[in-house]
Amino acid sequence: MEIINAIVLLLNYIFVPALSYGSQLALGAIFVSLIYGILRFAYFTAGDLMSFGTMFTILFTWYFQSLGINLGVLPTALIAIPFGITVTIFYVLIKDKLVFSYYRFKKSPPVQLAMVSIGTMFVTQAIVRIVIGPFDRRFFDGEKFILKANEFKEMTGLNEGLTIKSTQVITLLVTIIVVSILFWFLNKTKTGKSMRAYSDNEDLALLSGIDPKKVVMITWVIAAILATVGGTLYGLDKSFKPFTYFNNMLPIFAAAIVGGIGNPFGAFLGGYVIAFSEILVTYAYRKFFIYLLPESIEPDSLLQLLSTDYKFAVSFSILVVVLLFRPSGIFKGKVL
Amino acid sequence: MRQNLDVIAAYLIMLGLIILVGFLQSWSIALSILCFCLISAVMTMGANIQWGYAGLINFGIMGYTALGGLAAVLVSVPPVKEAWQVGGLSMIFCAFLIAFMVFSIRFILKKYNKSNKRNYGIALVIIVGLILLRLISGPAIHSIEAVNPATTGFLGGMGLPILFSWIVGAFFAGALAYVIGKIALGLRADYLAIATLLISEIVIAVIKHEDWLSRGVKNVIGLKRPVPYEIDLQTKEWFINLVAKFNQSTLNLITDVMAREQMLKQLVIEGSTVFVKLCFVGLFSIVVIILLIITQKALYSPWGRMMRAIRDNEEAANAMGKNVVKQHLLIFVLGSAIVGIAGAMMVTYDGLFTPGSYRPMRYTFLIWVMVIVGGSGNNFGAVLGGFAVWFLWIEAAPIALFLINLFTSGLEETNVLRVHLIESIPYFRFLMMGIGLLLIMRYRPKGILPEKIKHV
Repeated sequence: MEIINAIVLLLNYIFVPALSYGSQLALGAIFVSLIYGILRFAYFTAGDLMSFGTMFTILFTWYFQSLGINLGVLPTALIAIPFGITVTIFYVLIKDKLVFSYYRFKKSPPVQLAMVSIGTMFVTQAIVRIVIGPFDRRFFDGEKFILKANEFKEMTGLNEGLTIKSTQVITLLVTIIVVSILFWFLNKTKTGKSMRAYSDNEDLALLSGIDPKKVVMITWVIAAILATVGGTLYGLDKSFKPFTYFNNMLPIFAAAIVGGIGNPFGAFLGGYVIAFSEILVTYAYRKFFIYLLPESIEPDSLLQLLSTDYKFAVSFSILVVVLLFRPSGIFKGKVL
Repeated sequence: MRQNLDVIAAYLIMLGLIILVGFLQSWSIALSILCFCLISAVMTMGANIQWGYAGLINFGIMGYTALGGLAAVLVSVPPVKEAWQVGGLSMIFCAFLIAFMVFSIRFILKKYNKSNKRNYGIALVIIVGLILLRLISGPAIHSIEAVNPATTGFLGGMGLPILFSWIVGAFFAGALAYVIGKIALGLRADYLAIATLLISEIVIAVIKHEDWLSRGVKNVIGLKRPVPYEIDLQTKEWFINLVAKFNQSTLNLITDVMAREQMLKQLVIEGSTVFVKLCFVGLFSIVVIILLIITQKALYSPWGRMMRAIRDNEEAANAMGKNVVKQHLLIFVLGSAIVGIAGAMMVTYDGLFTPGSYRPMRYTFLIWVMVIVGGSGNNFGAVLGGFAVWFLWIEAAPIALFLINLFTSGLEETNVLRVHLIESIPYFRFLMMGIGLLLIMRYRPKGILPEKIKHV
């Protein structure tokens, strides 16, 4: 019984939150990785593109709510996502046309493109803040919990409750759907294969008749989709605040690099690596050991490896260690 | 003279803009803009040394700035004796322990060949060291933070004049850069950018949450200034006389004695803030000029030529027998040290240290915009970039207000769109920065004042 309690405790405070946070990071990391692989630069607008997509999803959600449209127990944002995605796709394509394409044709070094993406970061951030403001926005509606702590306790008769928020389940399901479609697309379809070829060796790909414009366009479209979906899921689960989204760029980069930048599958796993390590290292294990150990040697300190203040620092330290010992990332494999 | 015409013209325009602010808004605002322009100029010089001379991307500027600020606190705040009594010894012991750990790891690395055994040994040292650190520092930190937490709750500093911190800040930042450089300089350009960005976040996290060292998010306020305080000035005879002399014509117009006294008092209060800021401008200008002379000499020295050679073709420079790794590390440390000076200067000017306010947007990316806009590889360009971008950053709000009023003049005062736009004026500065950066990168990729290489 004690052991089951301990396991439920870990499930409740570590596994479930880390799984949903990891999925949100993974979606971001995949598109950063894709852009790195195909367009060959570090895309610093990542976090702000996510907040841009989320912002439009929120605006559409409010519009639908004012019309009285909703999904019952599910959040209204789910209907709004496709509209948010459409706007974001238009935005990234316009941005590519106006800004990035020029440097691509000139074959500028990646560093210059990264600098340019800092410029677009400023612009995107300004647009988001001017349109929706810098404040915290909650746009979740529908049923909040799937499983409440009390219900779980009554059901099982355990001391520890297990809470599962509906947003966590939605996050997981949507991530599975989106990521499986994406990998099916990359691995099975002709366009996806041409993207991988382009990423592997640009010159060879061009020789074999792959249209670079199409590859670049599809990459941006995928980036916009993933950014909007990931951002909206994060916003549903926590809340929407432009500054938090900008900061999320850092763990997203960490995830992409840990997984081997340019390798979407690695980035996908990297998201979970970062999320789990952040939560595992900063969790206070006192209660866990109280359940497991006999009363005589119960710990009296918190048994926390690092205080929660260092949450970000943990993922970055992992990144630094990975960069030092395996600069190509944990899941190296072939590029893309 | 003729070849430097663009430099002189650009600086004159910049000076004119600041003077314009003085006439249109107030001299106090103009001078505080100038102060921050000078601080930004120091930061951009640091970043320019790394990027313009050597082509290293350092996105960790925020971290070095914060370390410089920390130096200002540690130098100028008087020591908290009680805290030292309860926990000082343990903390010093911890410092020795860390040093011991580092040396033993270096010893292991040198003495033994690469093997599993060596890795286990290093892991053992680190784990045992961390546990010991935790055991020793835990109670000490607790008791230090318990000492009068409302006003101190930290170890305090050395109680020296704050000007020393400008040098100490440089050493702090340089030391951190040495460590980071040793770790990360082997990385490719974009990896290095991301790694430094993340490391600077770690630095901020440490400063924010180690309350015993920096008071963390409780902030340190009331740092001693190197220049006189306004209140003191307002009672000084010579200062009042000075103000009276400057404003003789205005004062002579007022015939009533009482009104004249009142006017003089008002003028003295205004004058004192301006005077204090002028003192700061003087101090900061000295730093900027000294750095400009040094960096300019370095740029056109054999060393500067070597750096450019390394930047433009690393392999060729390596083949010519230049130690690329060593030079990269050197320039990384030098540039970061200069940024550290700027961090200390900023805290000196503000008189307070607020770790919570260090954000990458303001302290890393904005500085990079300055370097790119000003002209990388050209010191005068970098300084100008610092001036121009900071000026725009501050004056963006009035400009945006003017533009919004111009474009929405057809709408009513209470129109939803107009009210919303006016409420979001502070965010237009991001838009201006972004568009400015994009335009410069597109149409003048070398910056306003491009790099000039003298061929002898």
